[in-house]
Amino acid sequence: MPDTVRDGTPRGLDEAEVGRIFREESGRSVATLIRVCGDIDVAEDAVQEAFAVALRKWPADGLPPNPGGWITTTARNRAIDRLRRASRERELLREVAALSPGNADPGMSEEVALVQDDRLRLIFTCCHPALSIDAQVALTLRLLGGLSTKEVARSFLVAEPTMARRLVRAKRKIKAARVPYRVPDEHELPGRLGPVLAVVYLVYTTGLDGGADPGLCPEAIRLARILATLLPDEPEVAGLLALLLLTESRGATRTAPDGSLVLLADQDRNRWDRALIDEGRTIVRRCLRRNRSGPYQLQAAINAVHVEAATFEETDWPQIIALYDQLLAIAPTPVVALNRAVAIGEVDGPAAALVLVDELELDGYHPFHATRADLLRRLGRDDEAAAAYERAAALATSAAERDFLRLGGRASR
Amino acid sequence: MAKYLLSVHSAEGEVGESMTEEEMQQSWKQIQVLNEELKSAGAWVFGGALHEPDTATVVRVSEGEMLTTDGPFVESREHLGGFYIIEAEDLDAALAWASKTTAAVRKPIEVRPFRDADA
Repeated sequence: MPDTVRDGTPRGLDEAEVGRIFREESGRSVATLIRVCGDIDVAEDAVQEAFAVALRKWPADGLPPNPGGWITTTARNRAIDRLRRASRERELLREVAALSPGNADPGMSEEVALVQDDRLRLIFTCCHPALSIDAQVALTLRLLGGLSTKEVARSFLVAEPTMARRLVRAKRKIKAARVPYRVPDEHELPGRLGPVLAVVYLVYTTGLDGGADPGLCPEAIRLARILATLLPDEPEVAGLLALLLLTESRGATRTAPDGSLVLLADQDRNRWDRALIDEGRTIVRRCLRRNRSGPYQLQAAINAVHVEAATFEETDWPQIIALYDQLLAIAPTPVVALNRAVAIGEVDGPAAALVLVDELELDGYHPFHATRADLLRRLGRDDEAAAAYERAAALATSAAERDFLRLGGRASR
Repeated sequence: MAKYLLSVHSAEGEVGESMTEEEMQQSWKQIQVLNEELKSAGAWVFGGALHEPDTATVVRVSEGEMLTTDGPFVESREHLGGFYIIEAEDLDAALAWASKTTAAVRKPIEVRPFRDADA
């Protein structure tokens, strides 16, 4: 196919931009191709081939009016070619060809609903409880997020061949065991939504953790946005999106220029991202009106209270404690209890908090020791505080956290 | 449709100890109900409970000679207590049968897909 070379590069489209647009759109295309081909590998390869064509054509011809539709159509044509070459599955061919040929046009309204369902099908397949959590996360990023195997591997500090094997094994299981490609029924949704939200949340927190790829944070937010669009009636989906937005709003202030950690009390609140805060708070308010509370919504609400305070001292701690009480009632985990104890420490003082903290069994969790250290320091029990900081530092995963803890937490308060 | 093996795994010594006589009767009745349900749904291919592993015999060919040995292939604490072979639309359907099976036999169920006969 001859490319029409025009004067200059229309819209200044370079390779990086083509890559960005492609990543943005590929989840949609892969999802649709999996539905029509019934095979993840064929779908992935076809979309990959479409990417190669885009890299060749777009910089010269400019961006097509509907890049997503263009990718899907091009990939579908490649898949047809491939299936024709394989030529066994006549039935399949008819089905692939049945996708309306005009769907690269801007007005693809009939396709839209079906295509949105495809992405939803795909995330429920990727996050099927019959797959390990590692496999769920990797598949979601690879297939829905459009990350390359290399990028997924780098994000999780895993060697590329290891990640490739993990993906191959997961895809083989999906195929062999016939993990269905469908959106769960209404009555199944509560049980099936949990792993999906957990995967998106894990993608985000992995990005926060230092060490791993910080690009995972915006990736998780993008996935949460897709879910919120596809499942507008699920309050926990909205809650997760709000939680990620509100956490992300503080992203720029969480570390100092030298890479060291900055605690909430010491963060420059003027540098918090107002747009993300406003969006997050709007979602939280909508959730409150709906009154179908859940763990993600409550955590989002807690974050909303934090970002609403002009200074750390003005934080509405009683409100935060009340929200933690609710959270503890539905998610009685020691980590929630630890966070609640911290809030209680701000109201009733460090001695009251330490009593609660010392009841918890969280010896392998470094924030537990960091919290104890901070409370002991505030109580003037410096030797015990130093030992707790050392224990926390030994367990911390990122270098920034280790340095922070080795310096004995904040110098001043 | 695909075929799945639903296998019932038991740990040695556990058989008959963890359940009272009454519970065993109850479990047996539930299994009968499950078997009927599998058959009427068209999911039943085969199923049954096995005798203890010490009733097993292993046959192998070594250097052209057929050798017969007494006892199970692998000596282990865990062994196959019984199984179903079912037909199901997809893994979710197979897992739904497995959850009914585990409720009836009160033991964990492993679900494994068969390879396609024509693949």
